Amino acid sequence: MRAILAFAAVVAVVPLLVSSNVALNFLVFTMIIALAAQGWNLLGGYGGQYSFGHAAFFGTGAYLTAILQVRFGLNSYPAFAAGIALAALVGLAIGSLAFRSGLKGSYFALVTLAFAEVFRVLANAAQVTGGAAGILIRLQQDPANFQFAERGTFLWVAGTMVTLALMATLALERSRLGAQLVAVRENEAAAQALGVDVLAVKLRTITLSAAMTGAAGGLYAQYFLYLDANIAYGTWISVEALLAPIVGGAGTVFGPVLGAVLLHAIAEATRMIAGRIPGIDLVAFGIVLILVVRFPPRDIPGLLRRWRR
Amino acid sequence: MGLPPEIILEAVLNGLLTGAVYGLVALGLTLVYGVLHIINFAHGALLTAAMYAAYLAWAALGIDPYVAALPLAVLFFGIGYLVQRLVIGPASQGKDENILLVTLGLSIIIENLMLAVFHSDTRSIDVPYAMDVIEAGPALLSWPRVVGFGATMVVAAALYVLMHFSATGKAIRAVAKERTGAALVGIDVAHIYAVTFGIGTACLAIAAALLLPSFYVSPRVGNAFVLVAFTIVVLGGMGSVVGALVGGLVIGVVESLSGLFLGESLGQIGIFLIFILVLLVRPTGLFGARA
Repeated sequence: MRAILAFAAVVAVVPLLVSSNVALNFLVFTMIIALAAQGWNLLGGYGGQYSFGHAAFFGTGAYLTAILQVRFGLNSYPAFAAGIALAALVGLAIGSLAFRSGLKGSYFALVTLAFAEVFRVLANAAQVTGGAAGILIRLQQDPANFQFAERGTFLWVAGTMVTLALMATLALERSRLGAQLVAVRENEAAAQALGVDVLAVKLRTITLSAAMTGAAGGLYAQYFLYLDANIAYGTWISVEALLAPIVGGAGTVFGPVLGAVLLHAIAEATRMIAGRIPGIDLVAFGIVLILVVRFPPRDIPGLLRRWRR
Repeated sequence: MGLPPEIILEAVLNGLLTGAVYGLVALGLTLVYGVLHIINFAHGALLTAAMYAAYLAWAALGIDPYVAALPLAVLFFGIGYLVQRLVIGPASQGKDENILLVTLGLSIIIENLMLAVFHSDTRSIDVPYAMDVIEAGPALLSWPRVVGFGATMVVAAALYVLMHFSATGKAIRAVAKERTGAALVGIDVAHIYAVTFGIGTACLAIAAALLLPSFYVSPRVGNAFVLVAFTIVVLGGMGSVVGALVGGLVIGVVESLSGLFLGESLGQIGIFLIFILVLLVRPTGLFGARA
């Protein structure tokens, strides 16, 4: 808890000290990724169910936030809340289908990937999403519209959301559900034998997970004010949401934040060294991922612990 | 829909032809799964790499993709062998999720290297026979697809012979059935794994050469094919070679028909829905044994 408060304090102070738009952009984007990744972490890190399709939740949160404002004239805040709710529902629906069929491991990864792709193709063809041209939220910089003239203000908002997600994760970790979830991850059969309702535990978790990643999508929509199918439902966000916790420490409270910051620092550094070659930062991501898996302990906290000894 | 029957027949036949090459892509995937018991998420990216290799052979050296197919197969066998031996094998440490992540990492690296080198523009080659057609009764069949179909059948037959009559093939089947037992009788399991992965990648190289005359290449082209290949493999049963070929034909027809009735952009949906449905209802596929 102290670490979370320290994190909140840092986020609160940074916008006062940093005025460079490039730096603030970097931080806001990293916070959005950290939030999406925290969602993945609940299901993948604590629950051991590796999703390759968290874009399905990110995109749903993002699109509904945008569509309700642009097409139905709703205020941004209820639109954002509705986006989170729908993402949670999508999570529950996909979870019901996948977990009821007993899909695990690679099969679960595959089916989530397929769902995200279905959403991408649909969003690319549908009218309400603006199709391939995408959807643009009108620029009205007013806190009443969840738009802010200062990037620093948005960093406060995103940082607050991440802080809340950290607290929620800590609460989950200490809750009965969290304990059951870890039991399911470690040995599903044993957990079941001890009376854990495995299906219910997984469904609750995927719903929470989807809501969190959906919130990240909604934030993305409010910050960038533009979406298309390849942004909202693209593989990139599924990969980012998975990569950050894996690198930073899956199944730990701070893993996703740590991983997101580190990965994007690496991405920036790569771009600085190699120049703006398209895709070069992602090449670096891939290399980091393989190295992290190749040399256990697989995550940064584990490496630090080993180094201290 | 008031479509005349010969258009539907043509769509079915062309779907079968394309489906055969899909089957070849799936063959590599299913072979690796059947022996190594891993799902290779880098399969699509390796296909992209092979398509660029075939593209380069044509664009830089003027070699026809059909001529390049065999040398490319040898080259990609080597690449696949080394990737399994040096990257996937050591990183897996016997854990499923590690393989999932390592092959995902590989696919990210390959795909984005292609993006960095070739940028995101789509490329295609301009071979004189690209638009040639063959008349089969009332239907017109595209020549490159007919070649693709024939070549796939030849490769499948060659694989069958290799797997059943060569010492290596027997070793591969032994490892697939019983890894520990195979190791006990002196089979080098790590080597056989790498050989299998190499064969899977070589299938991709041939498929790439067969696809190139009628498909565009872009850094993300493999994604489209790999989801199709996953669907085929899941439909046909993980690890089943016959299943991969039959599944390929089925999916080719489904794609062709849903493209005809739903239009290009929604056509892919049919495949994904089958994929999800099969995963949910019968994850062992039509030809797979119960896990």
